Amino acid sequence: VIKKEMIAMLLAGGQGSRLGVLTAKVAKPAVSFGGKYRIIDFPLSNCINSGVDTVGVLTQYQPLRLNTHIGIGIPWDLDKNIGGVSILPPYEKSASSEWYTGTANAIYQNMEYMEYYNPDYVLILGGDHIYKMDYEVMLDFHKASKSDITLATIPVTLEEASRFGIVITDENKKIIEFEEKPAEPRSTLASMGIYIFSWPVLREALIALKDQKACDFGKHIIPYCYERKKRIFAYEYNGYWKDVGTLESYWKSNMELIDLVPVFNLYEEFWKIYTKSDRIPPQYIAEEAVVSKAIVGDATEVYGEVYNSIIGAGVYIGKGAVIRDSIIMNGSSIGDRTVIYKGIISENVLIGDNCQIGIGDEIPNTLRPDVYSFGLATIGENSIIPAGIKIGKNTAVYGVTETKDYPEGMLEGGETLIKVGDGQ
Amino acid sequence: MRAIGIILAGGNNNKMRELSNKRAIAAMPIAGGYRGIDFVLSNMSNSHVQKVAVLTQYNSKSLHEHLNSSKWWDFGRKQGGLYVFTPTITADNGFWYRGTADAMVQNLSFLKSSHEPYVVIASGDGIYKMDYNKVLEYHISKKSDITVVTKKLSDEVEANRFGVVRTNQDGRIIAFEEKPIETSERTVSTGVYVIRRRQLIELIEKAVKEERHDFVKDILIRHLGIKKVYSYEIQEYWSNISTAEAYYKTNLDFLKKDIRDYFFKEYPDVFSKINDLPPAKYNSGALVKNSLISSGCIINGTVSNSIIFKEVYIGNNCNVKNSIILNDAYIGDNTYIENCIVESRGTIRANTSYIGEGDDVKIVVENNARYIL
Repeated sequence: VIKKEMIAMLLAGGQGSRLGVLTAKVAKPAVSFGGKYRIIDFPLSNCINSGVDTVGVLTQYQPLRLNTHIGIGIPWDLDKNIGGVSILPPYEKSASSEWYTGTANAIYQNMEYMEYYNPDYVLILGGDHIYKMDYEVMLDFHKASKSDITLATIPVTLEEASRFGIVITDENKKIIEFEEKPAEPRSTLASMGIYIFSWPVLREALIALKDQKACDFGKHIIPYCYERKKRIFAYEYNGYWKDVGTLESYWKSNMELIDLVPVFNLYEEFWKIYTKSDRIPPQYIAEEAVVSKAIVGDATEVYGEVYNSIIGAGVYIGKGAVIRDSIIMNGSSIGDRTVIYKGIISENVLIGDNCQIGIGDEIPNTLRPDVYSFGLATIGENSIIPAGIKIGKNTAVYGVTETKDYPEGMLEGGETLIKVGDGQ
Repeated sequence: MRAIGIILAGGNNNKMRELSNKRAIAAMPIAGGYRGIDFVLSNMSNSHVQKVAVLTQYNSKSLHEHLNSSKWWDFGRKQGGLYVFTPTITADNGFWYRGTADAMVQNLSFLKSSHEPYVVIASGDGIYKMDYNKVLEYHISKKSDITVVTKKLSDEVEANRFGVVRTNQDGRIIAFEEKPIETSERTVSTGVYVIRRRQLIELIEKAVKEERHDFVKDILIRHLGIKKVYSYEIQEYWSNISTAEAYYKTNLDFLKKDIRDYFFKEYPDVFSKINDLPPAKYNSGALVKNSLISSGCIINGTVSNSIIFKEVYIGNNCNVKNSIILNDAYIGDNTYIENCIVESRGTIRANTSYIGEGDDVKIVVENNARYIL
């Protein structure tokens, strides 16, 4: 009989709409991070490094990039004879076919997958955080506390606490109360959205709540188990853990990687982060180039100047171009003498010569001020920006744009230019 | 594909000086992220030669480490695969590989049990891209017995460390001199041969019975008059890395845009083992000019006209010029390095200086204790 002590279910179906045009065509877990990685590389690497070799990845929103990235799991050694990685999209059933309507609903719809591996414990993960964590240590805690459900938690400051789901525990770390985004937090232990369930408890709760609309772990499953006096414990994690759910936090956590000794250190031999590398040649830094305080991916060619930036793999930076405080993802090309300040340039973007991006004053975005803020200029994947264009701050561009799309050659601060349609 | 591949990666060459103390030539790091043998393996894979044997002997551990999985080059299929053969003691053999022909005879079962009609034989120390199918087509069209891939050398490369060939107008080789003391010829063998499998088995079995063990000296040259030996001349880039100077120059060739684009941007790709290293990191104070930098590097100082391999650390205020720094080397602060090859995993003390001459590159092997922050 097939038997896996603990399997992981990785929820990777969300859009992550607060990342704006970055997730126009890809699910958030597939967004690039740190020059060569994608966000999902972190939980996937954590799994294999923790000895969890059976991972179901639940996809729904724009799964193509995720599917090609994960493949059969070779980069993470998750190509196993028994177990390994499986992509689990919603599927048609003989009765009541539906999309994944909530986090727990998605897991419920894959009951057969979990039963096949006959697990004792199921680890529920999200695909939108940057961290290194040993899930095995968390499992040891789960067993030692004779817990039914263990939540991974992280201490946050009192000010931050009101943005999170907060747990209040007794001296044994048993959770006695939950507070969702409390105005006046009574604790600073925030839930990380990572759970270990003892399988019978999870199974029972999922079946009991199978008709719950948009069944969600935080809103339905945990309260259901809490009411039934299940033993719920808080495992305290004290490492680096960053949410990259907004453009601001995404930009900041990328920038942290270029500190002299980054808090989140990718250069340690221990606990490697794996990814699918499509490009392996070394990078070329030309005679006239300047690269200072930056990380640069493989096969990139730099002829211009790069300061304080994250440059992905296979990027081209033309002569006289100046890149400052920016993120440029895989395969993009920046024209000669183009200047970019605080830009997030997605994958395979083509920017012409003599452009100026991120100039002028900070004017709130007219379309989505909550998303395009912090003075960033964000350009979605496969976009084209013709030569000589100026783009202001708090802006977004997506699609194949032409000079006539820019009145007087300029996209003013706070404006959004999105071109969609067939073939774009 | 109608051919199997044999890669001869067994030899040592004292012209590599200290560089071959710990590795086979075919395992020499090249162009930042590759090993010598990656080029021939990628050529085999890209030419759909699916079954390949690597014959190795000298310092074979280095090659075994690099070839620990065949998946990087897309071998390891149900049809075909990558086989690494080192000499073994058997009931009827107690020798090391006494030569290239002997190495093949000791693995005769590999040749005999294959069903492909042709064999591509190549060395592991050539840096080039080649579609072996084209050589095979030429071989068949000429009704050749052995086809030798040749290259006309550029003026700065000496011919006398190669097999030098002279052909007639039809391309048939009429003279072949192995490593002549002096020669005016400029066309040399690249160490790539195409031959019919049964023909090869017959020739090497016969030679070894006569206590002759070298494929070139004892088979190719001796059969020039009897067998039809043709030359297939290539125009594209080809370089052999079997001397320290050639190794140094070949690496620096990758600083030229046309050569870099040819290998890295033009289809097909060159494959190598994936190391899962983070992107290279440039701290403030880093100043890099006309250089190749690989993943996992941390750069704090000045680097110009150099190739920096994977996971190299370059300290504050260093100056590295015209040099090759092999993987995982640690260069302490305030160090000056010019015209050098720094051996992999070496640790260079702070405030030191190493200078080689233009034509006489210095090989730096330093195994000082390393202190990491």
